[in-house]
Amino acid sequence: MVTGSDGTVVSPTIDMGIQLAGMRLPNPLMSASGCAANGRELHRFFDIAALGAFVTKTVLADARSGRGTPRMAETPSGMLNSIGLQGPGIAAFADDDLVWLKSVGARVLVSIAGNTAGEFADVAAALQGSPAFDAVVGVEVNISCPNVANRGLVFACDPRSSAEVIALVRQSLPAVIPIFAKLSADVTDIVQIARACVRAGADGLTMINTLLAMVIDTDLLRPQVAGVTGGLSGPAIRPVAVRAIWQVRAAMMEGRIRTVPIIGVGGVRTGDDALQLVAAGASAIQVGTATFNDPTAPIRVNRELSAALQGKGFARFSDAVGIAHTRLDQWR
Amino acid sequence: MSQGCQQPTAQERTLQVSTELIATARVGAYHHLTFVAPGVAERAQPGQFVALAVGGETSAHLLRRAFSIHQASPGGPCGGTVEVVVAARGPGTRWLTGLRAHHEVNIIGPLGRGFPLPADPAACVLVGGGYGSAPLLWLAAALRERGCHVEMVLGAATRDQLFGAADANRVSDGVTVTTDDGSMGVKGWVSVVLPDVIARSGAEVVYGCGPMAMLRSVTDIATAHGAIAQVAVEESMACGIGVCMTCVLPVKGKDGLTRMARSCVEGPVFGGDRIRWEAFGNGLCRVPEDAEGAASMRAHR
Repeated sequence: MVTGSDGTVVSPTIDMGIQLAGMRLPNPLMSASGCAANGRELHRFFDIAALGAFVTKTVLADARSGRGTPRMAETPSGMLNSIGLQGPGIAAFADDDLVWLKSVGARVLVSIAGNTAGEFADVAAALQGSPAFDAVVGVEVNISCPNVANRGLVFACDPRSSAEVIALVRQSLPAVIPIFAKLSADVTDIVQIARACVRAGADGLTMINTLLAMVIDTDLLRPQVAGVTGGLSGPAIRPVAVRAIWQVRAAMMEGRIRTVPIIGVGGVRTGDDALQLVAAGASAIQVGTATFNDPTAPIRVNRELSAALQGKGFARFSDAVGIAHTRLDQWR
Repeated sequence: MSQGCQQPTAQERTLQVSTELIATARVGAYHHLTFVAPGVAERAQPGQFVALAVGGETSAHLLRRAFSIHQASPGGPCGGTVEVVVAARGPGTRWLTGLRAHHEVNIIGPLGRGFPLPADPAACVLVGGGYGSAPLLWLAAALRERGCHVEMVLGAATRDQLFGAADANRVSDGVTVTTDDGSMGVKGWVSVVLPDVIARSGAEVVYGCGPMAMLRSVTDIATAHGAIAQVAVEESMACGIGVCMTCVLPVKGKDGLTRMARSCVEGPVFGGDRIRWEAFGNGLCRVPEDAEGAASMRAHR
């Protein structure tokens, strides 16, 4: 607490602004892909332009109906989803959703995917045809959605497949648009995948996607979601996110991977949760499943994180990024 | 009904409020909860719903529970109230029904599109299955205010699982009760009595709320009698506000194209003839092959 000259309590200002792979954002908080639709719904609760960036629902080349239902199962401190990437396709997204996002002043991180590496590149290229392309502050390449047909073989489970997608997307977009590879923690060695993506041209990494999981309905004794397996999200997976971010950040600090910014995502519900991911090495934070509980969660977490950092005496958010690594060294 | 019908617009502003539970009552197999929810009650329309957070701020149950609004009463001594009817079936609903008066509950609402009301007086039949009748008493009162003739058909497995049968006479011009076991009213399903009620009353509109199988049958019977069916579906939801994409069902649009529509923002009330009922079965709903975007799922599921 700081007391002003007249004796009143003034809150010290903290600089929450970030430079994310060349993009300047007013704060590090973002929505998470697939947990915020394409903006209109949450905008009824808060001004989405107040977010550091709005992350869109993953878009592919063509419209997708998504899977049948049930698509969801509640789990301890989380949920399982099996949506199947329902969406309008890139043309409708570029002409409608992105235009609306720009109209409200949102900075947009567009999540893209494809059935093939070539489709990823086509989607990235088509995005540039949008009249609102200048609202795009980056592209998140979703190589890790577990809700795909060949579940064990998502791109992000194989370094060569990951690198192929990232290289093609990188070539399809102007250099000023940073691309972030969204990684899965469902791998033996996430550092190996991260390295392949960075070498292939990823300007940053988003960690982590949902974890492949399953719930059995014990009344019917069958899988609870129609897609059989689904992606596990929510606070239950937060420790996995912290671990993954820690491992990749450590590899960067040791020079085993070129240093690029990490966007942390996974089970963040409060500012304190966010601080864990930041201290492990995340330069920005996405809030996903918590939004289903509290639609204002992304901006609330920004407030709470800012207050937590102030309380610990930080003058800048960026000073806290990865700080847990140095604290351990001191202790040792 | 199709013309001159006032379709409630999707809410322009949504409220998330911390509310106080002021009354709880056991009603048969259900719990009737009343919350002081200023701002929510004033804007609510019959057929809309509220999404309740359960278990408190650190709850391991993150997903909101959606309940159709049983009654919304603007004003009142402590501000507007919203009432819901809850069946204690899982940990979230057990937590809610275990609350005592003066407990705080976080509520989002009103949500979704309510029942469209006829612009001119028309004969209507309201069909409720189990506690699906919760929003229908309020709807009945709203319809009667507009000069509509209102008949109600309330059905449940047993007498205990009926809701609103005692109050239905007060808000309608005729009530027919059915139970599967014959413990009250006519033995059998609502579909046994519905054709007669529609024919007798000359109903132009049939409103339904209850299990999907019942809503399908209500739609079929209404259509066969030349009446319009308006049904409130019950799909499992995670958010209630349109972002999670879990509460979808195949709905045919005005352009004839079927889309997987979110029941929380595009519903929960749909024209019964718009729903692709054949897609439902065995507790699952499949995506019709002709639905928008279904082809790309076959390429990459």
